[in-house]
Amino acid sequence: METFLQQIINGLVLGSMYALIALGYTMVYGIMNLINFAHGDVLTVGALTALSTILLLQALFPGMPGWAVIGCGLLAAITVCVTLSLIIERVAYRPLRNAPRLAPLISAIGVSIVIQTVAMLVWGRNYMTFPQLIPNTPIDVAGVTVTATKLLVIALSALVMVGLMLLVNRTKLGRAMRATAENPRVAGLMGVNPNFVIAATFAIGAALAGLAGVMLAATYSVAHFYMGFLPGLKAFTAAVLGGIGNIPGAMLGGLLLGLIEALGAGYIGQLTGGVLGSHYQDVFAFAILIIVLVFRPSGLLGERVADRA
Amino acid sequence: MKTLLPRLSQNRAAVWLGVVLIAIVLVALPFVIGQMGNAWVRALAFACLYVMLALGLNIVVGFAGLLDLGYIAFYAVGAYMYALLASPHLTSTFPWIAQMFPEGLHSSIWLVIPLGAGIAAIFGLLLGAPVLKLRGDYLAIVTLGFGEIVRIFLNNLNAPVNITNGPQGITLIEPIRMLGVNLGRAQEIFGLRLPSVYLYYYLFLALTIIAIIICVRLQDSRLGRAWMAIREDEIAAKAMGINVRNVKLLAFALGATFGGVSGAMFAAFQGFVSPESFILNESIIVLAMVVLGGLGHIPGVVLGAVLLAIFPEILRHTVVPVQNALFGQVIIDAEILRMMLYGMALVLIMLYRPKGLWPAPEHGVNPASRVGVAAAGRA
Amino acid sequence: MSTTAPDHVLRVSGVNKRFGGLQALADVGIEITRGEIYGLIGPNGAGKTTFFNVITGLYTPDSGSFELDGKPYSPHDVHRVAQAGIARTFQNIRLFPDMTALENVMVGRHVRTKATALGAILRTRRTLDEERAIKSRSLELLEYVGIRKYADYQARTLAYGDQRRLEIARALATEPKLLALDEPAAGMNATEKVALRTLLEAISRDGITILLIEHDVKLVMGLCDRVTVLDYGKMIAAGAPAQVQSNPAVIEAYLGAGHKAVATKVA
Repeated sequence: METFLQQIINGLVLGSMYALIALGYTMVYGIMNLINFAHGDVLTVGALTALSTILLLQALFPGMPGWAVIGCGLLAAITVCVTLSLIIERVAYRPLRNAPRLAPLISAIGVSIVIQTVAMLVWGRNYMTFPQLIPNTPIDVAGVTVTATKLLVIALSALVMVGLMLLVNRTKLGRAMRATAENPRVAGLMGVNPNFVIAATFAIGAALAGLAGVMLAATYSVAHFYMGFLPGLKAFTAAVLGGIGNIPGAMLGGLLLGLIEALGAGYIGQLTGGVLGSHYQDVFAFAILIIVLVFRPSGLLGERVADRA
Repeated sequence: MKTLLPRLSQNRAAVWLGVVLIAIVLVALPFVIGQMGNAWVRALAFACLYVMLALGLNIVVGFAGLLDLGYIAFYAVGAYMYALLASPHLTSTFPWIAQMFPEGLHSSIWLVIPLGAGIAAIFGLLLGAPVLKLRGDYLAIVTLGFGEIVRIFLNNLNAPVNITNGPQGITLIEPIRMLGVNLGRAQEIFGLRLPSVYLYYYLFLALTIIAIIICVRLQDSRLGRAWMAIREDEIAAKAMGINVRNVKLLAFALGATFGGVSGAMFAAFQGFVSPESFILNESIIVLAMVVLGGLGHIPGVVLGAVLLAIFPEILRHTVVPVQNALFGQVIIDAEILRMMLYGMALVLIMLYRPKGLWPAPEHGVNPASRVGVAAAGRA
Repeated sequence: MSTTAPDHVLRVSGVNKRFGGLQALADVGIEITRGEIYGLIGPNGAGKTTFFNVITGLYTPDSGSFELDGKPYSPHDVHRVAQAGIARTFQNIRLFPDMTALENVMVGRHVRTKATALGAILRTRRTLDEERAIKSRSLELLEYVGIRKYADYQARTLAYGDQRRLEIARALATEPKLLALDEPAAGMNATEKVALRTLLEAISRDGITILLIEHDVKLVMGLCDRVTVLDYGKMIAAGAPAQVQSNPAVIEAYLGAGHKAVATKVA
């Protein structure tokens, strides 16, 4: 029975990962009005790529230090994720940009399935252990027990999110992204290449997903072909919770969702007098999704989606 | 029937001849296909169930334009309903039920079909009511969530009270008994020996035909026009006095009934149900059938369902021996290949043939010269 | 039987509507007598379509009272307004593009018919009779507006003027007490406008009250029994067209301050 503070930390860890994934959903939705169904599967591929890289490095260079191995794994994951998502965007989404709304959505579903099955073929159906490369020794911080991995997840996520905010608000690319998200035609008239901006958006989102995938695998020490599905769905919930298209919203939504889930899972047994156990925790995310969409569809911080004529 | 075969309908004799021929083929089919083994007839029976599912989803997606990604939940509801009413599970788990029904729980098909339809319709209304005002992609995600919630509950309602028996599912489900015939046993009719699988096939075929007739009648009705109007321009539909909310709810409820009935039939046919049969992928497969065949076009949907239902059988019989011959072992599992091809089909159809393999023919007259005048007439 | 109180089909008063910082409508009202053709005019941005949308339930007003045929109605649900008896057309023509002209009008019959899903599935006698009646009435309406020959044409393929007629036919199918037309002559050439005027006069003669927003001053002056002029969300004049057009405030609103002294003569 972990303490309240412990649950908070767990919630922040979970929430950080959700936030990273949610950012990918929210940026793509803001710029294209599309739910990128395949986002969770890109995450999966990232984690599995990292796993393979790590296993390969460990076999070839047994002396390599843990942090270097996982660093290389991370790099490989991000590279593969970015490449994969650029291909997906080019092949399955770009031709459908002006098609009626159902078409890109159905295409996204198809892409998601294809990636899952390919992952199944390449890596098999079994759950695989993700090696412990960061020392697992529990550290005591203010009465709460954490591991280096958890601290790293929170710190790294925070760093990346700050970086993203800087990118979006202070750089030329960021300006271009915001302009395209509001009105692609006018942005185009101002000299912004929408194809490039959209591709960049996908790439950034995919990189974040790759990072999140490795974090997930490292935190739970497991990776498998379907691992991205549930986190993906929950991260989408988080994005909606914060306000779709709204970048700070995705971060807020992700952290909130992580906290709600951690606290909920911890206390649901007590709350329902034992009727519902913690395996219902996934239902939380869905319930929140439905509640938010029905009662406050613009989310906590408000949506930022372009008005499509 | 006018919208189904516009050219042929002019010649009534031709239509009736066609119908009779198709009927003969369908009735004789199991005997022909059955030569290759009962597994193929099983596939035909399942194909009928999938056709019913696809027709039901077509009402929601094709007629009313609402993307439901959790449709399989209605199938699950129907299946579990029958499972509970026609198996020893409830009587062995709850002594008070065993006391009420000392001979065990058996359910007549004449009760099961309306009940399955009714319960599924209620779930359809429950799902539809809160989500109707959501826009397309949000609706898709929420319905997906609903489907998953149903599955999670089915998987976990074995404690504290064991209703669904959790991941193990419910077994020993009774076969259907109708008109004195036990479909679970082979029967002798007109001197022909009909294995159980054939009997189920005929039952499902009959239900499927009824389903098709219902869909055609709905399409060419006041309600069908209202659905189409909503799909084309919701605001204009409202301005014409259509209660869009209620009409959409009706689509959800009616679509759900198809799922519920076929779910009950599935439970009887298979003899057991478990949450594994009702995962998200199944919803997507049914969606693929509707989309591949021709969204909103009944013959297209039937075609899509039959193709995608038979396809795994064909795949299993070709991919496996080919790989064994070439590589000595199976590298790509037929199941995985099947799903991958479904996924690719979804993408390819959207890219190259978004209206489906057999879309509705051009509705009404659309002469090119008219289009020219119209274009010139616009300011 | 009251001979002094006029028979009002529509009585609306005190309508206010604010969009954020903009007061789109300020205390606007209208009274339409049965059988008249009533015009709502004003410069661009005056709030005509906003008022229209409020009356027909597309926008929710901040305040106002609404009475149709002597009975109060709530302008909150578009479909309820249609059920009560106001049928409208749209400035940008909102037909059902992939349905045929006939089907478009048949959808208009929805609100006055009753067939249910069950009736459709079972093909009851009552349902079949109703379907037949719907179809024949719809064909009649297509004939009435002059596009009977395009009954089986996809709505999107009709010429612009014919699409407008179709929209009117569809609105008439709802058996409205008030036919509300949003800029029915927009985009039409002179010949088409004459034909439209003929049609609207026929509809009026057949007893249907008409409210229309229009920019074409000549059309409005010739067609309407009375008009209301809006400017910046306020009513600046109301009454017979001849009076209104020589009203200095109206002239100023349309032409600018320097033209107060000029009386505009319209043929």
